[in-house]
Amino acid sequence: MLEVRNLHVEVEGQKILRGLDLKVHPGEVAAIMGPNGSGKSTLSYVIAGREDYEVTDGEVLLDGENVLEMDPEERAAKGLFLAFQYPVEIPGVATMTFLKASVNAQRKSRGEPELSTPDFMRHVKQGAERLEVNPDMLKRPLNVGFSGGEKKRMEILQMALLEPRYGLLDETDSGLDIDALRIVSNGVNALRAANRGFLVITHYQRLLDYIKPDVVHIMSKGRIIKSGDAALALELEKNGYRDYVADAAA
Amino acid sequence: MPAVQDTVDQVKAIDVSEYKYGFVTEIEAERAPKGLSEDIVRFISSKKEEPAWLTEWRLEAYRRWITMESPDWSRVKHPPIDYQDLHYFSAPKGTAGPKSLDEVDPELLRTYEKLGIPLREQEILAGVEPTNRVAVDAVFDSVSVATTFKAELAKSGVVFCPISEAVHTHPELVKKYLGSVVPVTDNYFATLNSAVFSDGSFVYIPPGVRCPMELSTYFRINDTKTGQFERTLIIADKGSYVSYLEGCTAPMRDENQLHAAVVELVALEDAEIKYSTVQNWYPGDAEGKGGIYNFVTKRGDCREARAKISWTQVETGSAITWKYPSCILRGDDSRGEFYSIAISNGMQQVDSGTKMVHLGKNTTSRIISKGIAAGKSDNTYRGLVSAHRKATNARNFTNCDSLLIGEHCGAHTVPYIEAKTSTAVFEHEATTSKISEDQLFYCRQRGLSGEEATALIVNGFVRDVLQQLPMEFAVEAQKLIAISLEGSVG
Ligand SMILES: Nc1ncnc2c1ncn2[C@@H]1O[C@H](COP(=O)(O)OP(=O)(O)OP(=O)(O)O)[C@@H](O)[C@H]1O
Ligand SMILES: [Mg+2]
Repeated sequence: MLEVRNLHVEVEGQKILRGLDLKVHPGEVAAIMGPNGSGKSTLSYVIAGREDYEVTDGEVLLDGENVLEMDPEERAAKGLFLAFQYPVEIPGVATMTFLKASVNAQRKSRGEPELSTPDFMRHVKQGAERLEVNPDMLKRPLNVGFSGGEKKRMEILQMALLEPRYGLLDETDSGLDIDALRIVSNGVNALRAANRGFLVITHYQRLLDYIKPDVVHIMSKGRIIKSGDAALALELEKNGYRDYVADAAA
Repeated sequence: MPAVQDTVDQVKAIDVSEYKYGFVTEIEAERAPKGLSEDIVRFISSKKEEPAWLTEWRLEAYRRWITMESPDWSRVKHPPIDYQDLHYFSAPKGTAGPKSLDEVDPELLRTYEKLGIPLREQEILAGVEPTNRVAVDAVFDSVSVATTFKAELAKSGVVFCPISEAVHTHPELVKKYLGSVVPVTDNYFATLNSAVFSDGSFVYIPPGVRCPMELSTYFRINDTKTGQFERTLIIADKGSYVSYLEGCTAPMRDENQLHAAVVELVALEDAEIKYSTVQNWYPGDAEGKGGIYNFVTKRGDCREARAKISWTQVETGSAITWKYPSCILRGDDSRGEFYSIAISNGMQQVDSGTKMVHLGKNTTSRIISKGIAAGKSDNTYRGLVSAHRKATNARNFTNCDSLLIGEHCGAHTVPYIEAKTSTAVFEHEATTSKISEDQLFYCRQRGLSGEEATALIVNGFVRDVLQQLPMEFAVEAQKLIAISLEGSVG
């Protein structure tokens, strides 16, 4: 289980997460929705281990083990994957090279043998086909000049190759056209498994039409203010955040 | 290319961030007494049994040198060099003349083996030609200790031998071309080199011949308090082609050692010379103690029409690098290229770049420079592109990118452009960037360590230049890049 307990986080003296509690069970999809600036990306970065965030209280537990003292690469090897809201460009590094380097780095730190080049190529090709990623893109430098939608697809392709225990998807649907939304969602659904959980951050119900959440959390000002089942997202879509946010403030 | 993965693997394989070529070979050396004088110049010349004209040539250079002053226009800073406190000649005992491989001291062979330099000619088994054969000239302190594949090269008329030997076997070529590209009086260090140069390689490719294998020279400074002053002369006659590689290492010593080389290239009509360097002299320790002072003059002359000279360099070593491989584009339609990766870490200082001097019509040149500064180092690109009045339609494209790693290093770009013809078109692009926290975090989130991530990003940054290197060297260069950046990530 991925569990966040009473997490308090500050950036440059400003409180962003204020006592956040959250559980994602294996096999489960948890959705987080919330107004802009409520701290959703911050939460995903802190779970993944980005520096510059000061954790002033609380824990992040992966199967009972606190990950907050671990380097990002160690967390990655233990199975935490973050699909970035804004994937980063790595000029001059062919996408294929990057994919292979990351897969093998994780395998090595888990004490597994490296994948042979033909095995790896087969893996990538299958993944690329499923996500309808043009194989030519794999020769291009990672994310450089990729369209918004192409970048998001590449994130999910990476997740498929790295086979994490928990996938954190930060607004993976933004920038996707209607067809791409379906393709990417199918890619994510194909990875759903009894021992794998997802934390899906999104603003829109349309993603949750495809990736059916088991729980939906509403986040506001650094806290989960309401949790419910898939119906909560539908309600939100109709009424907006106003009621919930006002409730929480009161 | 899977080579980046190799780099990543190699970084992992290295257990400590140490200069791995830093060992000293225990071998008896025959040295000139310390200091520089006409007598020492004569001593060096007589050791090599040189003809009188060459002794005189050296003495003239020496007399000129004592009137000159050390240049102060570059950004590099160092305490004054005591030229009287150096040995100007040091040779492993028993290497009086060039030898066959069987006679070379096994201790020397072991040294080169440890350095990863193949000094044994690969046998041709059952008629199968090994693919990547490289002929090697190994220069140890002041002398060449072995040259491989000489006999085979001779079949196609290629001359590849120590310059001290060429003086005797090809005196007319040496006399004609020595100092014809870099004149004796060119600059302080070149003049010093002309007076005391010890050994280096000589290459002559006859008309129309494509050299059948890569040629390479491997320089090693071993002895203490010794300067290395090698001299390389490469002549590509009409319509010929040669690719030449140069590698360098030195032991870790806490004194600064001086290396002042001169390389002259001459390309005649339709000839092409590709000259690659992987320079990995000992850079000194983290506090800046020790390391090589590398003051090098490299120049190529595209002497006739449609000649082409291409310099590719990967500079990772030395405490100080002062080096501007240049092209004189004399022949019409000739072309010069300069591809450079210069990495500085710790307290290293690099002031490097190129000169493209357009003299002939329709001459073209291309400069791609990638400077990477880490630690507390200082990295300057200094480049001159000029077009003579008669160089109509001269074209240059320059791209200078700098990458900074950390907060305490510096990168500088100093371009000089002079066009005396209005038909010249010079383009210049320059960028300075940092490895961003975003990039590092992204890579680490995917499982790469900070150092692996840095190596990967740097390899991406230098990719355009790495592609210019011969395959064997590209892999070597990637390793070096990774090693030289170790400890640069907080
Ligand atoms: N490095 C930073 N420096 C200063 N403020 C920051 C930093 N990172 C985040 N913040 C602030 O923290 C708050 C939460 O940001 P975050 O990106 O987590 O929100 P979000 O819920 O993901 O919003 P969106 O829906 O717009 O993506 C915002 O007010 C943001 O400006
Ligand atoms: Mg966000």
